Amino acid sequence: MQLTVNGHQYEVHGEVGTTLAEALREELSLTGTKIACGEGHCGACTVLVDDEPVLSCITLVHAVDGARVTTIEGLRDHPMIDAFVRSDALQCGFCTPGQIVSAVALVESEPAPTTEQIRHAMAGNLCRCGAYPKIEEAIRTWQG
Amino acid sequence: MARLIRTEKEVEGRYEEVWLVVEEDSLDQWPAGPREIVGRDAVRVDGRERATGQAVYTADLAKPGMLHTAVLRSPHPRARVARIDLAPALAMPGVHAAIGPGDIEQLTSDCSFQGEAIAAVCADSLAHARTALRAIVCEFEVLEPLLDPDEAVRQGSLLGEARERSRGDYERGLAEADVVVEAEFRTQVVLHNSMETHQAVVEWMADGVEVHISTQYIWGIRDAVAQGLALPPDKVRIVCHYMGGGFGSKNSPDDYTFIAAELAKRTNRPVKCALTRREENTAAGNRNATIQRLTVGARSDGTLTALGGEFVNAVGWDGWSSGTEGPMQMLYACPNVKTTTYGAKLNLPPMKAFRAPGFVEGTFGLEALLDELATKLDLDPLELRRRNHTEATPEGNEYSGKNLLECYRRAEPHWERRHEVRARSTETVKRGVGMASQIWYGGGGPPSYAWIRVGSDGRATVVTAMQDSGTGTKTAMAQIAAEELGIPLEHVTVTLGDSDRGPYAAISAGSSTTPSMGPAVRAAAADARGQIEDIAEQRGLKGAPVHEVVDVLEDSQILGKGARGPNPTGMQVLTFGVQVAEVAVDIETGEVWVERIAAVHDVGRVINPLGASSQIEGGIIQGIGHTLSEERLHDPATGRLLTTTLDAYKLPTIADVPEIVSELIDEPDTHLTNLGSKGLGEPPIIPTAAAIANAIRDATGADVRRLPISREEMLRALREAETRQKEKVGAPAGV
Ligand code: FES
Ligand code: FES
Repeated sequence: MQLTVNGHQYEVHGEVGTTLAEALREELSLTGTKIACGEGHCGACTVLVDDEPVLSCITLVHAVDGARVTTIEGLRDHPMIDAFVRSDALQCGFCTPGQIVSAVALVESEPAPTTEQIRHAMAGNLCRCGAYPKIEEAIRTWQG
Repeated sequence: MARLIRTEKEVEGRYEEVWLVVEEDSLDQWPAGPREIVGRDAVRVDGRERATGQAVYTADLAKPGMLHTAVLRSPHPRARVARIDLAPALAMPGVHAAIGPGDIEQLTSDCSFQGEAIAAVCADSLAHARTALRAIVCEFEVLEPLLDPDEAVRQGSLLGEARERSRGDYERGLAEADVVVEAEFRTQVVLHNSMETHQAVVEWMADGVEVHISTQYIWGIRDAVAQGLALPPDKVRIVCHYMGGGFGSKNSPDDYTFIAAELAKRTNRPVKCALTRREENTAAGNRNATIQRLTVGARSDGTLTALGGEFVNAVGWDGWSSGTEGPMQMLYACPNVKTTTYGAKLNLPPMKAFRAPGFVEGTFGLEALLDELATKLDLDPLELRRRNHTEATPEGNEYSGKNLLECYRRAEPHWERRHEVRARSTETVKRGVGMASQIWYGGGGPPSYAWIRVGSDGRATVVTAMQDSGTGTKTAMAQIAAEELGIPLEHVTVTLGDSDRGPYAAISAGSSTTPSMGPAVRAAAADARGQIEDIAEQRGLKGAPVHEVVDVLEDSQILGKGARGPNPTGMQVLTFGVQVAEVAVDIETGEVWVERIAAVHDVGRVINPLGASSQIEGGIIQGIGHTLSEERLHDPATGRLLTTTLDAYKLPTIADVPEIVSELIDEPDTHLTNLGSKGLGEPPIIPTAAAIANAIRDATGADVRRLPISREEMLRALREAETRQKEKVGAPAGV
């Protein structure tokens, strides 16, 4: 299979049943994408597939053959990273890459989201540390 | 001079007697208030690494040749393995080894709770390990589980002795009361659900063993692993640079570490054993359920004359019976208090410490009971608490520092909002405001050490083998070192997370990391600063900035070391606070929304106000989950767990977050160390449930008595309140 990940072309071989999250983490060593539940319930594994946020732990890599994938590693220079750090929008940080990918997907389509829109778009990203108030703040102020 | 002392050490409210070598703490505290760096907002020093995904957690570690593990766990709360055959698993593709009951102590054929480990398989991929696990033939003889905590107490199935604590004369106190209120409160089992599940990677080296583990206690793991594997502790290296949350559940090595160690030994490969989310929510610990049968007696002016309680901690198969009675014993001046606490041993998964174990549950009961009393006496709940405030501990000892009255004073503007909040009620949505007080430990203690090195570029590296579980302690330590050395925060690096790279550091539990580690880091920095001042004097550069003083040193380095001094003798070091909650209750559906929470806490000097506000918000949000939505359920007939996924178990989401306003008193505790700082990890979760329950009473008149406050519980409480009202109205005059 062919995947374009963060602008680079990769040839991915995963056994049948391999998820996108596994392919990214194990085959490509892109461990910024986290797996916290592995069954589509928490959002930690969120990546962009053709600019849409998807849960990579329940997406079979075979289903996205040829797609364009953006992971947290591809967003290192995105202002959303600075916004999260500046706002203290992370504690343990394990949910954070997934939060940032979801947040980026939101602001790409809606650069100045309302609180309502933020809460709607981010409700699928769990954070056990409870960094939510500052995640909201980071997204509100991401443009600096 | 180093001094050997015998002292009491407190962790999570449990005391033990230990020998300690302590070094005197000769530094004066900094004056109160923000300094150059300490006391001012700092963004996390490792924020970017975490946010960009560069930080390597245990979950991300892939060693060359590493094998993956799947663990067979008992699906039954109580069962005996009648027959087990590992051979079919060993024959599966990619499998390297399989172990079963008797191979190590952590694998058993005698299962006493669901999730107890029976066997394990390691293979070259997780998928292969899981497939192989299904090939294991395992037949069970299912036995009748003991599930009911009261029944366990009746049968004497207890963990430890029942704990009786009393002062004064409880019976007389009751007789002297004008009003007596009795109520039974129940709290549920809550799951930690750290986003990174429990896991370890173990590799046997030529000389000893290397363990990468997601942990809150590097040094405790080192000791436990050394003991479990019969190695000298120096041959055990524990590494944890980043961890994805613990909340009290990651203080011990548990079964997975020893499973990985055994498999690594047999295969001569590094082995990872990581819990799945479902295993995490079965066998990785929990906040145990409680039953609290409470009584309060008071005079008509609100003075408490008696407090009594029978507390049943539904501990599970293992763990400890936490201090659920603590708030009742410690929070108020009441002269007559009598409590009995049982730890029920059940065929349910063992508890583990969870953010202020016992005190979260006990504060819910006590503070809700006090508001029921306030209603009966027609007294303002805040005033009732003020009247029972105590300046010395109820046993007559001094507090090292206590600003609870100041917390109350600063909570007043939030409390005053209740008139306006109530006025916003509608026919079906009732609004109200409630409050609750907080008491907890959080003083930390020795031993804890730090080293520091300053190079000729004037930059410093702090070295200590502590861990940052996500609380931001790494940042706080950098701030303290920078402040003491007088150099910019960006010129300090903190190296932590490796028992081979630094001295002993405290556990990150019991709100103890900052108060334990901070003074050691400051002492190390002061040691280095003293040497730099000597050099400055010799160079005729007295008072010059550090980089100017050291710029001729080339490869010479200034090395400092520091130790945490002792806690003040004869004093109790505690944290205090108050929270005020505003809620809306739909009295037709029973739905409850928390609309606002104001928190005022007293934890001594604040190192990083930004990080502190995040800790408070996180604690409150976990508290809201505990109060309204989270509950680990088991089938009452079979004891099988029903809520092991994040779909079934309801964690708060961003959409559940109310407005949160937080304030810290920020007065250094003048008796405590060279910093005067206490811990903040746990205090914010303690009063949240009670404040919400009391706000519900204010809004509706209903007494909720059970967590979580589901719609069912809310409607039950509303019906009960209505019946009470009718009886009151219908009763003949004079009765
Ligand atoms: S890890 Fe994919 S949703 Fe939880
Ligand atoms: S920062 Fe820890 S889970 Fe979100």
